[in-house]
Amino acid sequence: MALKLEDVGRIAHLARIHISPEEAARTLEQLNGIFALIEQMQAVDTTGLEPMAHPLGGAQRLREDAVTESVDRDAHLRNAPAHEGGLFLVPRVIE
Amino acid sequence: MTQLHLASVAELGRLLASGEISSVELTRHFLARVEAHRELNAFLDVRPETSLAQAAAADRRRASGESGPLLGIPLAHKDIFVTRDWASTAASRMLEGYMSPFDATVVERLGQAGMVCLGKLNCDEFAMGSSNENSAYGPVRNPWDVKAVPGGSSGGSAAAVAARLCPVATATDTGGSIREPAAFSGVTGIKPTYGRPSRWGMIAFASSLDTAGLMTASAEDAAAVLSAMLGFDPKDSTSVDRPPEDCIRELDRPVAGLRIGVPREFFGKGLTPEAESAVRAALDTYRGLGAEIVDISLPTASLGIPVYYVVAPAEASSNLSRFDGVRYGHRAKNHGDLADMIKRSRAEGLGAEPKRRILIGAYVLSHGYYDAYYLQAQKVRRLIGEEFQRAFQQCDVIAGPVTTGEAFDIGAKTADPVAMYLEDLFTIPGSLAGLPGMSVPCGFGPRGRPLGLQLMANHFQEARLLGVAHQFQKVTDWHRRTPAGVAATNP
Repeated sequence: MALKLEDVGRIAHLARIHISPEEAARTLEQLNGIFALIEQMQAVDTTGLEPMAHPLGGAQRLREDAVTESVDRDAHLRNAPAHEGGLFLVPRVIE
Repeated sequence: MTQLHLASVAELGRLLASGEISSVELTRHFLARVEAHRELNAFLDVRPETSLAQAAAADRRRASGESGPLLGIPLAHKDIFVTRDWASTAASRMLEGYMSPFDATVVERLGQAGMVCLGKLNCDEFAMGSSNENSAYGPVRNPWDVKAVPGGSSGGSAAAVAARLCPVATATDTGGSIREPAAFSGVTGIKPTYGRPSRWGMIAFASSLDTAGLMTASAEDAAAVLSAMLGFDPKDSTSVDRPPEDCIRELDRPVAGLRIGVPREFFGKGLTPEAESAVRAALDTYRGLGAEIVDISLPTASLGIPVYYVVAPAEASSNLSRFDGVRYGHRAKNHGDLADMIKRSRAEGLGAEPKRRILIGAYVLSHGYYDAYYLQAQKVRRLIGEEFQRAFQQCDVIAGPVTTGEAFDIGAKTADPVAMYLEDLFTIPGSLAGLPGMSVPCGFGPRGRPLGLQLMANHFQEARLLGVAHQFQKVTDWHRRTPAGVAATNP
């Protein structure tokens, strides 16, 4: 199964990555090469097998819901592209 | 006295303990080497005053009566580990100049043991790559031949240890990113069992695979550092709760009677004659030490690459969704609304390989494809894991090649992502199974570039694995060979 150009646009939107038409065409070719590689595992009979999410098995550990440390606001804001009054600034969302 | 940069971690420890050198002197020595070898592009951020302050603190700790095998020993961290005092970029434009509010657990633990950080090491962007050509800050060069790649993604770690710019480097392995560059650069690399080192503060790529590890000049050096690095971390939800371990304890255990499984599938087409003969010679060395070589089969291992290129991109697409240009990281200058700002920031800040993997991941996780791709990959992953468990009933460790041959030239595989992905043919199966694995220098290819022997053991057998590697290094000198000029120069 090969991807089409419109699939690349849809996937890029799902991934929230802007993609130009020229880039999309180049990406299509590369993705189809990679999916040709991936197809090799499609034929394997996996009936009755449990998916492996953690190589050592076991359920995700839960932690106590306890106050442990507080966030240093300045240290976090230092890396923000835009901030004001202790808040992250983004383009207006609600008119 | 041996030149400082050729000394083992234990030798450096003795020199520090006896007062023959101070950590400040040792740190100056390595900083001078880092500065003298900028052409390798191994380091992304060096702040000598910060390193020297850490060294002075280590000297004060010793003066006040403290001791410890790592107190005052320099190391450098792969730029996947976040650090308070050096920028943490994952070799991406997205994180250019990012200053982490905290240290990764691995950084913190090694710092508590007294190790002195020399700076941050170049790597493939977000640890995605097998040649270190995907760094936004330029490729790392292989100290054995500057035309060659050092391997990846931990290429800076491998090159820095190979050129003896630092005695120890941290590294990370998701599908082979420690073992492959260790092999290409002729150093010793260890990827521990998944879940034993903490992932807290490691910039996430594929969370069910990402494992912190080390590059050193020898298995003995690795054992000393690994003991301080491993351990349960409540901050990492997949951290394995086991007591701390002394990784040195099996170094001197003889390999007589050891059953070494050799998967016949690892010696098929693609393996170069030089890599095959170097690995076979290493196996003969083990046979000479009394080990038994056992023929084993891992028929599903060849499906490792397709499985990996579903699982790892799926997890990457989820992990890298955090880079939205809002709280940190690159923000596009020209943009429309919030959604457009996010899309353009990601398009500008992320390199070609992370974008490719995010797109693969977004697709295999999307509605209608999840079962056919992601779930199927996780099931085949289980088959691979079970196959290893059956193999370990026949043998104690598994040995084979790390790569199909010696390091390739810079630029040789950049045009074809699939050719690059196939580099990790022999390392991916062990990563999928979460097994500890090593690369140990075992020879050179036709162009004089290093080759590695891969050793794998069952879960939690790091100490045994290091012992098996050390016994090989006691009777061979591949790991002591250094690139031209390294042994001659001072600093």
